[in-house]
Amino acid sequence: MEYNPTYNPFSLKGKTILVTGASSGIGRATAIECSKLGAIVIITGRNSERLQQTYDSLYGLGHLQIIADLNNLEDLTSLVNQVPILDGVVNNAGIAKTQPISFIKEEDLQKIFATNTFTPILLVKQLLRKKKINKNASLVFTSSVSAIKSDLGNSVYGASKAALQSYVRYCARELAPKSIRANSIHPGMVNTPLITGGAHSDDDLQTDAQKYPLGRYGRPEEIAWSIIYLLSDASAWITGHSLIIDGGISTLI
Amino acid sequence: MDLQEFVAHFAEQFEETDASVFTPQTKYHELEEWSSLIGLSIIAMVDEEYDVAIKGNDVKSSVTIEDLFNIVKERA
Ligand SMILES: NC(=O)c1ccc[n+]([C@@H]2O[C@H](COP(=O)([O-])OP(=O)(O)OC[C@H]3O[C@@H](n4cnc5c(N)ncnc54)[C@H](OP(=O)(O)O)[C@@H]3O)[C@@H](O)[C@H]2O)c1
Repeated sequence: MEYNPTYNPFSLKGKTILVTGASSGIGRATAIECSKLGAIVIITGRNSERLQQTYDSLYGLGHLQIIADLNNLEDLTSLVNQVPILDGVVNNAGIAKTQPISFIKEEDLQKIFATNTFTPILLVKQLLRKKKINKNASLVFTSSVSAIKSDLGNSVYGASKAALQSYVRYCARELAPKSIRANSIHPGMVNTPLITGGAHSDDDLQTDAQKYPLGRYGRPEEIAWSIIYLLSDASAWITGHSLIIDGGISTLI
Repeated sequence: MDLQEFVAHFAEQFEETDASVFTPQTKYHELEEWSSLIGLSIIAMVDEEYDVAIKGNDVKSSVTIEDLFNIVKERA
């Protein structure tokens, strides 16, 4: 048998994929990598300048960018109305704030859960109700290793991501009759604006990165590639799964 | 903004070290009880008490409590 260079079950050719949080970090890399693998991508974020930068980096034609603050129900509804029928949704927008237990502010608690947990749930609800999710579609949710393991000062973030992980398993079960799959990914520390300039100093981050069995933090593309696997038909029989992508850090604790 | 009060808030984040140890000149990284969790608590305390966002890099680069106070005062 001759080798067929066009054979590729991991391809996203012909798929239309919505990526939230596409104006930065993991979402931006995911949008770009999806476009490289043939997908039409609908990218969304709040910051128009950075979303435009992502848009300008996409390969191929037919992509769409939509500005939306997903915590605002009007924006969310307008986004859902504008998107075409989707074969994949990457629920990736998220925020983090480090706060030791005794300093948790109610305001931050509300905002972190709203962004990381409630918004993806409401987005999927609306997409389903408006029949924007195709048969055989794949939903991917960016959770975190923080949902499974603990790191100092991140209890609210971890809890918001654990709630999301649990929701994804329910999603997988309830949507299976429609042949829609749902999986979560759980990255360890990835070099994006989310982790820099916060409560951890650059020195602390460097020291922490050395604790990773693979010796470094992740790159956004390395997360994108796992998301793409879950979006592609290569993962057609995987649903309700939590995929850890963390350079081995969760083997240590 | 009051320096003595800042020192008192700083001291409150410690369990073992006696409050009398803390002065504006205290080099806090050298305290035996100093830890990364206390560093995170200092950042959160500054957020709560002074509504100022300081960063891990500020806590790392400051030497004395007064150094950190000056950063907070500047941004208040
Ligand atoms: N970096 C890591 O180490 C790491 C590890 C594990 C999991 N994660 C998760 O990975 C996801 C992406 O993180 P990242 O590292 O790429 O962070 P990032 O660079 O800070 O990007 C976050 C993205 O989320 C968007 N976003 C936040 N709040 C939003 C809102 N209310 N409405 C619409 N968009 C909103 C931002 O949009 P604008 O910038 O346009 O406002 C941005 O595009 C997050 O869910 C995060 O929790 C990250």
